[in-house]
Amino acid sequence: MKFALSPEHLDFGASIRKLFESGSTAAAVRAWSAGDPAPGRTLIEQLAAAGALGLTVTEEFGGLGAEPLDQIVAFVEVGRAAAPGPLVESAAAVPALLQALAASDPEPAQRWLPGISEGTLSATVGFAGRGGRAVAVDADRVDLVLVTDGERLSTGRVGEPVRSVDPARRLFVVEADELIAEGPQVVEASAAGFDSGALANAAQLLGAGTALLDASTDYVKQRKQFGRPIGEFQAIKQKLADVFIGLDLAEPMLYRAALTTATPNRARDTSAAAVACADAAYRAARAALQVHGAIGYTAEYDLSLWLTRVTALRSAWGTPDLHRGRVADALRAGPAADPSGALT
Amino acid sequence: MDLDLDDSTREFQREVREFLAANVPAQPLPSMDTEAGFEAHRAWERTLAEARLSVVSWPREFGGRDASLLEWVLFEQEYYAASAPGRVSQNGIFLLAPTLFEHGTPEQLERIMPRMARGDDIWAQAWSEPEAGSDLAGIRSTARRTDGGWVLSGQKTWSSRAAFADWAFGLFRSDPAAERHRGLTYLMFPLDAEGVTVRPIPQLDGEPGFAEIFLDDVFVPDTDVIGAPNEGWRVAMSTSSNERGLSLRSPGRFSATAQRLIDLWTAGADTGTAARDAVVDAWIGSEAYRLHTFGTVTRLNEGGKLGAESSITKVFWSELDISMHETALDLLGAEAEEASRWTDGYLFSLSGPIYAGTNEIQRNIIAERLLGLPRGSSR
Repeated sequence: MKFALSPEHLDFGASIRKLFESGSTAAAVRAWSAGDPAPGRTLIEQLAAAGALGLTVTEEFGGLGAEPLDQIVAFVEVGRAAAPGPLVESAAAVPALLQALAASDPEPAQRWLPGISEGTLSATVGFAGRGGRAVAVDADRVDLVLVTDGERLSTGRVGEPVRSVDPARRLFVVEADELIAEGPQVVEASAAGFDSGALANAAQLLGAGTALLDASTDYVKQRKQFGRPIGEFQAIKQKLADVFIGLDLAEPMLYRAALTTATPNRARDTSAAAVACADAAYRAARAALQVHGAIGYTAEYDLSLWLTRVTALRSAWGTPDLHRGRVADALRAGPAADPSGALT
Repeated sequence: MDLDLDDSTREFQREVREFLAANVPAQPLPSMDTEAGFEAHRAWERTLAEARLSVVSWPREFGGRDASLLEWVLFEQEYYAASAPGRVSQNGIFLLAPTLFEHGTPEQLERIMPRMARGDDIWAQAWSEPEAGSDLAGIRSTARRTDGGWVLSGQKTWSSRAAFADWAFGLFRSDPAAERHRGLTYLMFPLDAEGVTVRPIPQLDGEPGFAEIFLDDVFVPDTDVIGAPNEGWRVAMSTSSNERGLSLRSPGRFSATAQRLIDLWTAGADTGTAARDAVVDAWIGSEAYRLHTFGTVTRLNEGGKLGAESSITKVFWSELDISMHETALDLLGAEAEEASRWTDGYLFSLSGPIYAGTNEIQRNIIAERLLGLPRGSSR
């Protein structure tokens, strides 16, 4: 039993963080929103070069065959940086979906996953469900759009744009184009893709929440009112302490979910992590805006990039209600069979 | 990173589970804050001790079995899952014992620990005073030097278990000229000593879980000082971090409560989304705390220390405990008013954010020591 990130995980996370810190990520996010994807694409190429996009793609399909936990470590950093682009879709959801499908038909995985791992092919996916329609992020800027609808998996045709609360998330209605696969195996593959995306998304939320806490902490140390740094005031201290507690207790839920993706507890643990990370990030966002005051409410100040991102991600991969419902279903069904007596 | 148990740990877990299945009383014991209940709990401590399960993490020579931190966490998980009786010895085992293992003399360990392990001596804490709650440095009770020992005077209050316990431990001001934190001495005294008067104080649940202790020139020999005279503050700090941290509120307690809550929810009628969400959040909270503890165990095994981090979990579990019980009362509906294990648990949970350093104090510790916010002029 060793329930903590290894030195290798920490080093890997630090290297991804450095990559985002060395460039001007905030400027790339703004450019991505404003219609210029070039700086964002440069960042994504750097991520691919660092091996972060093909982590959970098996070697058979040109990836690194790493553990889900490695991917989580990377996505915490993606969230911390509020990086732009369809990263959850390209690196987590689509690979999980296509690899789950590969048991019955390896062709789509062979066709697309090597490019995703190399960073030469970007992908997005829409899950039909929002009133029968599928919406996919950055569908106009990727090489591959997938649409899943019940037992059908298709490539997608880009339709009407949908405005997101986060300007850096460019949403489009996507419609089924060419059929790729059909049958019950698509339902399972689609669930695997969704859970992988929801988990990477939870990691992003945890990273974004941590960035918001860091920004708040720095700000209240230097911002003075009544002749004192506002971080001296108990009301501020107690608010930020609660943010810290929420993030610190959400983190192990995320790691556990990464350890149980191949068990019957996958949906339960993914959803529990999604709820814990979304709640913690949302609390961090509310507190951050409150302690920053009016400057935090401006779009000019970079804090806004995280505030709108957290708002968007909170429901992008399943609302808190959906995830609580999935946990509730698992709890009603009783504990999963666990003959080994292991702790998961 | 993994959550896997090795074979010997699993074997230990199995042994504990089987012992509890065979020995936990079928009917809950009466409240330990009644005279009869106190003795029934003392007898349960002896049953545990005979199986070497009363103090599993202690060295073997004092009645333990050198269990690792992980084994202790699992022991607690099994203990609460089995609905085993509350530990009447907990103040001694979880608060005093870690301090004695760190600062006690060989003579003290030899004399005190085996009796504590068997429940022969049950210990009360005598921390608080009318003027000193979270601000322990405000202590006014005194220890005056005399031949071969010290003379204690003053008043302690809100002392858990003191109504029926055998011994107590606490801080006394031994150098009135010294600054607030200095000049305190950590002392033990028998509650039946000459000059000691104990007045039980009923708690919210009506039972005398608390007591006031009046000390009127009580003689205590030098052998009952813990650590060096006037160094009591430093000695006590190790205990206080233990109380907030791992040792007093093991995750097993909250996992068991969450499971009872899930059982209550699944057994009842469909109560709608709000109740569903509250039950789910209770389970998520108990899991978060359990898994967080495995992270702490890993860090401690790798040489880390439990410092201000214990403030994080203290705030978390104390609020989780209340919200889980509130949810249960909501699920019970009109029956919620009727006294039950849930109402008892609810009343007890209300003390969580108050004792072991109030949650406001804990949040300040987190903000100042972990986030690095300025201490400022007013607290």
